Amino acid sequence: MNQDSQSMHFEYNVEGGNFSRAGYASSEIKKLLKQLNVDMGIIKRTVVGCYEAEVNVVAHAYTGTIYVDLNTESITIRFQDEGPGIPDIDQAMVEGFSTASSKVREMGFGAGMGLPNIKKNADQMKISSIVGKGTTLEITMLLQ
Amino acid sequence: MKVSEIQQLIDGRILCGEELTDYSVEVAFASDLMSDVLTLKSDHVLLITGLSNMQIIRTAEMSDIHCVILARNKKASQEMIDLARENGQVLIECQYSVFKTCGLLFQAGVKPIF
Ligand SMILES: Nc1ncnc2c1ncn2[C@@H]1O[C@H](COP(=O)(O)OP(=O)(O)O)[C@@H](O)[C@H]1O
Ligand SMILES: [Mg+2]
Repeated sequence: MNQDSQSMHFEYNVEGGNFSRAGYASSEIKKLLKQLNVDMGIIKRTVVGCYEAEVNVVAHAYTGTIYVDLNTESITIRFQDEGPGIPDIDQAMVEGFSTASSKVREMGFGAGMGLPNIKKNADQMKISSIVGKGTTLEITMLLQ
Repeated sequence: MKVSEIQQLIDGRILCGEELTDYSVEVAFASDLMSDVLTLKSDHVLLITGLSNMQIIRTAEMSDIHCVILARNKKASQEMIDLARENGQVLIECQYSVFKTCGLLFQAGVKPIF
């Protein structure tokens, strides 16, 4: 953690395929935002998006890192993974589109609702991907 | 409806959160799809599910759900119980089907979200 009066930075690792740990980082982020007295409504939108994005790294990629940057104006969370990437992002954004395995569905995900719900909850969302390398998803929440 | 009443009504077994039996819920949602639960806007929802895994507890945590019923005689793992306890959630095992569990709660006045 880096901290000065203006901004804070945190990082969390995410292990692909580890479903028992999926959500650990989102949980830490939730605790952090609560400590900082962020508005409860903003916390909920942030962590719901965060958790779906973390589950995506676990479900669809090999390994990833979550970078959290906070200042008085906004929270930016970047999910950067090494994985197969997304060949067609427009298609991936369509509600109901999913390539999830049966293992993922057994966990209660894999209905193709994650990315659309992240988009609904975030104030801004950016996604880019290179097939064979990985995916980067960034969400921004405005605090004022 | 208070947790203690819910437990009696569905003949459930409280695994953790015993100290929260006075906690009260007005509305409930039943799903095996956690992505669906994560779209809910309401707070203080009672979640009824036919699954049992760590993601149920995580989903409840992110959604500010404080009471979860595992129906269909699903058993919680120790890891789930420990996490739910840490999160201050009530976790209840119940032998009835999801349909019967929901039916009993609905009949007793617990409201649907939509
Ligand atoms: N980090 C990622 N790496 C590779 N593919 C991804 C990633 N995130 C999402 N996808 C692709 O986009 C699809 C839709 O994602 P999402 O809406 O979260 O639904 P789900 O995860 O339930 O399938 C996934 O099935 C997968 O094909
Ligand atoms: Mg997903």
